[in-house]
Amino acid sequence: MIRLENIQRVFQVGDQQVHALRDIDLSVAPGEYLSIMGPSGSGKSTLLNLLGLLDRPTSGRYLLQGRDVTTLNDDEQAQVRREHIGFVFQFFHLVPRLSAAQNIELPMVLAGLPPAERRQRTEQALAAMGLAERAEHRPDQLSGGQRQRVAIARATVMGPRLLLADEPTGNLDRAFGFDVVKILEDLNRDGITLLVVTHDPELGGRARRQLHMVDGGIVTDQRKD
Amino acid sequence: MRGSDTARYALAALAGYRSRTALMLLAMAIGVASVIVLTGLGEAARRYVSNEFASLGTNLVIVFPGRSETSGGNPNAMFGETTRDLTLDDMLAMARSSRIRRVAPLVVGEAEVSHGSLTRESPILGSTAPLLTIRHWEVAQGRFLPPGEVERGSPVAVLGIKVKQELFGNQPALGRFVRIGERRFRVIGVLASEGRSIGVDVEEIVIVPVATAMELFNTNNLFRILIEVRERAMIPAVIAHLQQTIRKRHQGEEDVTVITQDAVLATFDEILQALTLTVAGIAAISLGVAGILIMNVMLVAVAQRTTEIGLLKALGAPARQIVALFLAEAGLLSLLGALLGMAVGELGNQLIGHFYPALPMGAPLWAYVSAVGVALTTGLLFALLPARRAARLDPVQALARR
Repeated sequence: MIRLENIQRVFQVGDQQVHALRDIDLSVAPGEYLSIMGPSGSGKSTLLNLLGLLDRPTSGRYLLQGRDVTTLNDDEQAQVRREHIGFVFQFFHLVPRLSAAQNIELPMVLAGLPPAERRQRTEQALAAMGLAERAEHRPDQLSGGQRQRVAIARATVMGPRLLLADEPTGNLDRAFGFDVVKILEDLNRDGITLLVVTHDPELGGRARRQLHMVDGGIVTDQRKD
Repeated sequence: MRGSDTARYALAALAGYRSRTALMLLAMAIGVASVIVLTGLGEAARRYVSNEFASLGTNLVIVFPGRSETSGGNPNAMFGETTRDLTLDDMLAMARSSRIRRVAPLVVGEAEVSHGSLTRESPILGSTAPLLTIRHWEVAQGRFLPPGEVERGSPVAVLGIKVKQELFGNQPALGRFVRIGERRFRVIGVLASEGRSIGVDVEEIVIVPVATAMELFNTNNLFRILIEVRERAMIPAVIAHLQQTIRKRHQGEEDVTVITQDAVLATFDEILQALTLTVAGIAAISLGVAGILIMNVMLVAVAQRTTEIGLLKALGAPARQIVALFLAEAGLLSLLGALLGMAVGELGNQLIGHFYPALPMGAPLWAYVSAVGVALTTGLLFALLPARRAARLDPVQALARR
């Protein structure tokens, strides 16, 4: 699914070079449930952005489903994001002026799918998240848990094979957070590759494979049996 | 992304930020409306003048004494005078052409006109019967000057309606006598009210036979000769004929100026057209200002919506898609603003036309087309910078914020 070979990411801050990622080698098989933990500044978010094609490595190779995606141009990378990768953010990032249904529809609108198909898939996604009643509500009329469920529906409506979640429960209380984790794990059980970045050991500990990062490098790579 | 979806998304964004949208619509609308109203005014002035000329008849050729150019060895030319008068005999000689339908001489002066104890100063026009038809005037009471009395000056007068009112009030004037200068004239007609006709207020004049006027003002020189040509196409031939006649009669000197109604009209038309273009240009500046405003507000919009832009990128929108979305927003704004401005401008034109019915208001088609065109172009052009800034935005940083 994912192969990272000798990835480096260097930021220029003033006249100093900051190594956000150094010598990252990583393979992820399809359907894996992976958590990335580490203190803030350890490079875990940078790694996630890189995996999501929102950022480019300074050097190294990134193969996604056997394809070298580091050399793709902007249009091609956008297409890979559209069709293969879903994002779930800590702050949900719903568009405030759009209804729940419109937010879920957004990736399909960007992909240029026909309106009839969009409507059908949006309804399915809303029903699967138990939000059928909330379709026309705007984000500010939804609870935090409902917002994150809308965001997950939006991230998965295009049927991606890789789901990247950045502190998905970081902005929710325990009950709602657990709710969201269950949904993500159900998706993983159905075959999606799930990658969760968190500094919450309880959330990270649920994953079958756990990476610990310090100073831009992966220090441990544990598997639960 | 489909075009219709791009437009819908942009519209939703516009609806989402009402006050910003309203402000930009207003700026665009003011720009477009001012173009429409100002060109409407310029166009009205042009039409007003050409209507005035049309009322004089477009087949008209006017002859007056003196050369229009001041060069040449004639010392009198320096004082704008001519050596020879333009006489009634000259006029009769000129009239001998089958291409000419009517001829009327004109002698102009000022004199006191009185009836009983009432006196007023009035412009006196000396002419002949065809003048009525040539200038499209109408007689309200009685008749106009009798035909066929070019060289015989009979003491009769036709009064403008205002002169008649002031001297006779509501009493009948026909058949009564007025005194002009030292002589008595019988009133044979009263002109209908016709408003102004290029420089002369028809209501305030008194018309007498040309020979009488020449005696009255002690002159042999005609002020103007008005010649109505049978057909417009004959005008050049008639002009040649007139110049030849004058050369023959004035010992080879061509000491008259011949102008056509067309030439005068064309000159006025050009001047007023230039004026209209100038005011339109000034109004277009306000459109440019509106464009700059759009740029500012779009820059603020980009700053306000960084997370939204980052999200769109994460969801798979390439940079050019982001540019397209922001340009669609600016384009829609400009278009809506231009339509609003057109409505406001049209309304303004109607209002002005309502309060000043003499002005034939109405902006020309090119004003509408170019106002909308300039609005759209400036809107899109000035949105280009903010749109590209949005497209270059780093999604990682944008999404890190809440």
